Amino acid sequence: MIKSLNTESTLENAGLSAEEQDLFSNARPKAYEPYPIEAVENFANWCRANSLWILAFGTGCGAIELRPLMTARFDANRFGIAGRPTPRQSSVFIIGGYSSVKTLKRIVRSYEQMQGPKFVIALGICPVNGGMYWDSYNTIKRLDQYIPVDLYITGCMPRPEVLVGGLVELKKMIKEGRCDGANRYVEKFDWYKANQKRVIKNWNMPDYNW
Amino acid sequence: MTEQNASKTMLERLTREFQVSDIKQRKPGLTTISVAKDMAETLIRELRDREGYTHLNFMTAIDYIERGYFTIVYMLHNYDTRSTLSVHVNIDRVNASMTSIHTLWAQAWTYQRELRELWGIDFPGSPRIEEDFCLEGWDEIPPMRREFDTVEYCERTFESRDGRETVDPREHMHEVIFPQRGGDN
Repeated sequence: MIKSLNTESTLENAGLSAEEQDLFSNARPKAYEPYPIEAVENFANWCRANSLWILAFGTGCGAIELRPLMTARFDANRFGIAGRPTPRQSSVFIIGGYSSVKTLKRIVRSYEQMQGPKFVIALGICPVNGGMYWDSYNTIKRLDQYIPVDLYITGCMPRPEVLVGGLVELKKMIKEGRCDGANRYVEKFDWYKANQKRVIKNWNMPDYNW
Repeated sequence: MTEQNASKTMLERLTREFQVSDIKQRKPGLTTISVAKDMAETLIRELRDREGYTHLNFMTAIDYIERGYFTIVYMLHNYDTRSTLSVHVNIDRVNASMTSIHTLWAQAWTYQRELRELWGIDFPGSPRIEEDFCLEGWDEIPPMRREFDTVEYCERTFESRDGRETVDPREHMHEVIFPQRGGDN
């Protein structure tokens, strides 16, 4: 069994069965600590900003706006942006619009699987305040209750131009070291986890580690 | 003209053999009929095998809470005559249950899973009917039943963000968009 190095507190993983308990670590997430030398950290941020790899996970109607982003007309490759098929290789998670509770479960799972540094962009009005799904029984209203969001691009739907604008803004924020969403997730981990478990009723997955 | 006659003959025969009622032509090519619950599966099988209604467009349910029943709608299509026939079946709202038609069209079990989850209508024998479909771990009353208060559930479950304003569209048009027009006249 993999034991947590952090002996202070461990996660319960109460959603897992007795056999599965041994398969997952119960360590809590760790915050990212910047390099002690500021110039090195700035250089690292510059590198991160110039190789944004988007997780190809279409979570709503806004996912349709991600496709033209990669084509010749909008050509996101000129910003160093590419799509990746797995959360392990990606650094940007674009939530494309509304997310149902069923999708939220996959969003949380994919977000936690992503390696740091990781950034979240919420696309469209629905992750902001529910948008047209404000009274839906199955659609969450505020995404930032469940995972930390670095940048919102509002609209219904935002055009790919706005998405490119948002990604440029995200690059600027990363270079200035202002994207600390992953660290916020670590700091308020219990709060996020309680919110997630309140809406995801059949929690049958580990609490953090995959 | 002959097609209309053929359709009329068919409906007369169905009325005779299956006690079909409420035959209404809604528009050219769309007719609705009602049938009792225990005759429904036989009728649909007859329509598929002998009358050429080989395609199941969809099936869904309507909640008539005031009258105390669900209406299950089977929308069938005939490619030869290009006509659609909508078969309505009323079932009791309490312990709602209906004969499964997954033996007629394999895709029907997906609809039946949806109906069970969203309306709480059981289809005994339908494949994977017990499994979750869209809602995972749902522990309230089925959300498409009309006694389910969506707004109340939503406010209870999901956090809302301050600053969102809601205006009545009618008043907003009178007061802000078309102020000079005034009133309904």
